[in-house]
Amino acid sequence: MTYVHVGHDATAYAPPAEVAEVELYHPKTFIGKYIWSQDAKIIAIQYSITAIGVGLVALVLSWLMRLQLGFPNSFSFIDPSTYLQFVTMHGMIMVIYLLTALFLGGFGNYLIPLMVGARDMVFPYVNMLSYWFYLFAVLLLMASFFVPGGPTGSGWTLYPPQSILPGTPGATWGIILMLISLAVFIVGFTMGGLNYVVTVLQARTRGMTLMRLPLTVWGIFMASILALLAFPALFVSAIMMLFDLLLGTSFFMPGIVSMGKQLDYGGGSPVLFQHLFWFFGHPEVYIVALPAFGIVSDLLSTHARRPIFGYRMMVWSIVIIGGLSFVVWAHHMYVSGMNPYFGFFFATTTLIIAVPTALKVYNWVLTLWRGNIRLNVPMLFAIGFIFTFIHGGLTGIFLGNVSVSVPLSDTMFVVAHFHMVMAIAPIMVVMGSIYHWYPKITGRMLNVTMGKFHFWVTFLGSYAIYLPMHYIGFLGVPRRYYAMGNTYFVPESVQTLNAAITVATLIVGVVQIVFLYNLVWSYFKGKPSGDNPWEATTLEWQTADTPPKHGNFGPELPVVYRWAYDYSVPGADKDFIPQNQPPGPTAASVAPT
Amino acid sequence: MTTTLLFLAVIMAVVIWWLVRQTLNVKPWVEQRPWVGDRGGEGLSLPPVMVGLGVFLAVATSLFALSISAYFMRRDGADWRPLAQPMVLWFNTAALVLGSVFFQTACNAAKSGRVGGVRLGLLAGGVCTLVFLAGQLWAWQHLNTAGHFLTANPANAFFYMLTALHGLHLLGGLWVWAKTTIKLQRGAAVHEVRLSVELCTVYWHFLLVVWLVLFGLLLLT
Repeated sequence: MTYVHVGHDATAYAPPAEVAEVELYHPKTFIGKYIWSQDAKIIAIQYSITAIGVGLVALVLSWLMRLQLGFPNSFSFIDPSTYLQFVTMHGMIMVIYLLTALFLGGFGNYLIPLMVGARDMVFPYVNMLSYWFYLFAVLLLMASFFVPGGPTGSGWTLYPPQSILPGTPGATWGIILMLISLAVFIVGFTMGGLNYVVTVLQARTRGMTLMRLPLTVWGIFMASILALLAFPALFVSAIMMLFDLLLGTSFFMPGIVSMGKQLDYGGGSPVLFQHLFWFFGHPEVYIVALPAFGIVSDLLSTHARRPIFGYRMMVWSIVIIGGLSFVVWAHHMYVSGMNPYFGFFFATTTLIIAVPTALKVYNWVLTLWRGNIRLNVPMLFAIGFIFTFIHGGLTGIFLGNVSVSVPLSDTMFVVAHFHMVMAIAPIMVVMGSIYHWYPKITGRMLNVTMGKFHFWVTFLGSYAIYLPMHYIGFLGVPRRYYAMGNTYFVPESVQTLNAAITVATLIVGVVQIVFLYNLVWSYFKGKPSGDNPWEATTLEWQTADTPPKHGNFGPELPVVYRWAYDYSVPGADKDFIPQNQPPGPTAASVAPT
Repeated sequence: MTTTLLFLAVIMAVVIWWLVRQTLNVKPWVEQRPWVGDRGGEGLSLPPVMVGLGVFLAVATSLFALSISAYFMRRDGADWRPLAQPMVLWFNTAALVLGSVFFQTACNAAKSGRVGGVRLGLLAGGVCTLVFLAGQLWAWQHLNTAGHFLTANPANAFFYMLTALHGLHLLGGLWVWAKTTIKLQRGAAVHEVRLSVELCTVYWHFLLVVWLVLFGLLLLT
């Protein structure tokens, strides 16, 4: 097949097709519309509010941890057990119940149908169930704060045997609730994930070929596939651990003496659990990262008024990263004891995955190159993402190599690395996308002054937290320790740094209140946004109403004539051409009356 | 984890093959292709729920592949003593094969619009499945009375867990089967249930294959 460069107006206008009436579920009551809703947009908001709510709990937990590390023995309510519980719950909530749920359940639900030009998800009822399963999982998890013994304190990796043995906080009720909550979450996610994947495959409007999809959809689509294939590993390990805990099998439990008593367990393999856990755990990193990659591409392109650099390469790198993410899991297990050739294999795959990732970074930067950059708040966060992601990614290359990784294992260096790459970087994108799409969701702009203040404190504050943490890790300070005691290789100045980090954490945390206040204030008092305040090309900005009504588009679905990145096209009237604009010298001259 | 990796390689190969066919040469920035075809959108020509079932089967395959990987890894333990398979499992296997055959006849009947054939095939298929599940419970009972408790040995634990996992998937299928059968008994026309019958048939074939793999695994090890 050969292509001639014909510019963007070679496609003839396509008349509206006879599309069969879509059977949409039409709610009659307030409860049907906003509570038991089957509209993907409402479900998205339900997901987002729940995820952000539970994320705030995890934010407070991180404060409590940092208070202990920064000012040891000053707070009587933090003892070693509660400290470990804070660490565990903070990690689990942030990774699964906030980031996964927000990117896929929140942004996925809101953006997929609108961006591909569909009226709703393909299975709205299942989609609704997905949210209620998620909410139930969150409630189970929160319930573990109130049961005897409190939540589990085994670390978010839940490694057996310690996670289910007495001596670990929450080894009775806490861990049971955690495992059941995870299983419920996975069932709920599978329902949602089926929707996201099948909607992208089946519900694209006319003209929306795969290669005309915005990268946001690509990122969420691939992340959903990863999640659908990886979560079963966590599901199996949760079920097997529940068997070990409740029925007395020995899948993971070796023969063990606990508190002077020989237990009935024997022969089980804790490393088997680690394999299963990380078989889920590593793709999970990309389940969070790929939607962020996709969304940030769209933010950069829109606010730099330039087509994304290397669109095809961006799509393929998303696909390749997704595939490779399944063959790197054991780089989390270098110190669990493995065949050196095994370590060599996983170090190699880990370094290979850096190639498509680096391609994406170059393309983002090249998209900015000579762009007409508008430093709107979403753009600030998108550029902030590039910084934090590069820093977190570079330390990942350190940790991917066995010989460098082993001495750094379980130090604060690891904590700093994964927070930069999969906590701060995706959160930058989350914030950027909220500033970007809030006008579409509510019809009002977020306040810019508050937004810029929020960005700068969060961005610089994150560096104040995590740069010194790398250094502390180099000195050998281990993670998950309640107190350092008298350790000869840790200089006293580490304590000063720890105090500084804690102060930064408190400040960054408090500033999020400005953001929440902005969300509420702007909902009532914000400047009306109009339909397309950022002058973007993608379909969600071309809806007849803002916020889009039930059914998303007017009586007819849009027809797509071009890709999502027609910014600053030479010779065009404006510096953007919406995807659904028919070809012609100007839209008005060709469109039928 | 080799099993799982193999399975994943197959899935990723399918995804990438499909994407290559769709997109390798496409230059979206100069693309001339107007919309083609008379359908309302750009999806595959299958009904969405069939695609949904396909994706779900990939998830279920991942679940079973991971369980089998765990089975192989745990089998290396010194305390592993293979489990003697009760004879009833052969009978159960036959019942499930018959069930799958009956579903296929129901599916064929639905395609040619014979309501009697659909009704008969669905009923017989459902009964065979129930016989299979009852037989599995009987096998559990048999093993338990023979002293092969869940906790006695990892091989036993895997047997109970894998059969339970497989049985639960069948129960889920039976729910759709029951809904379809009731609809049919209440006088629904063939074309109204045709899609459900097709979905059930695909699902039953899938679970038959899973069972054959699991059973083969239990026999060989």
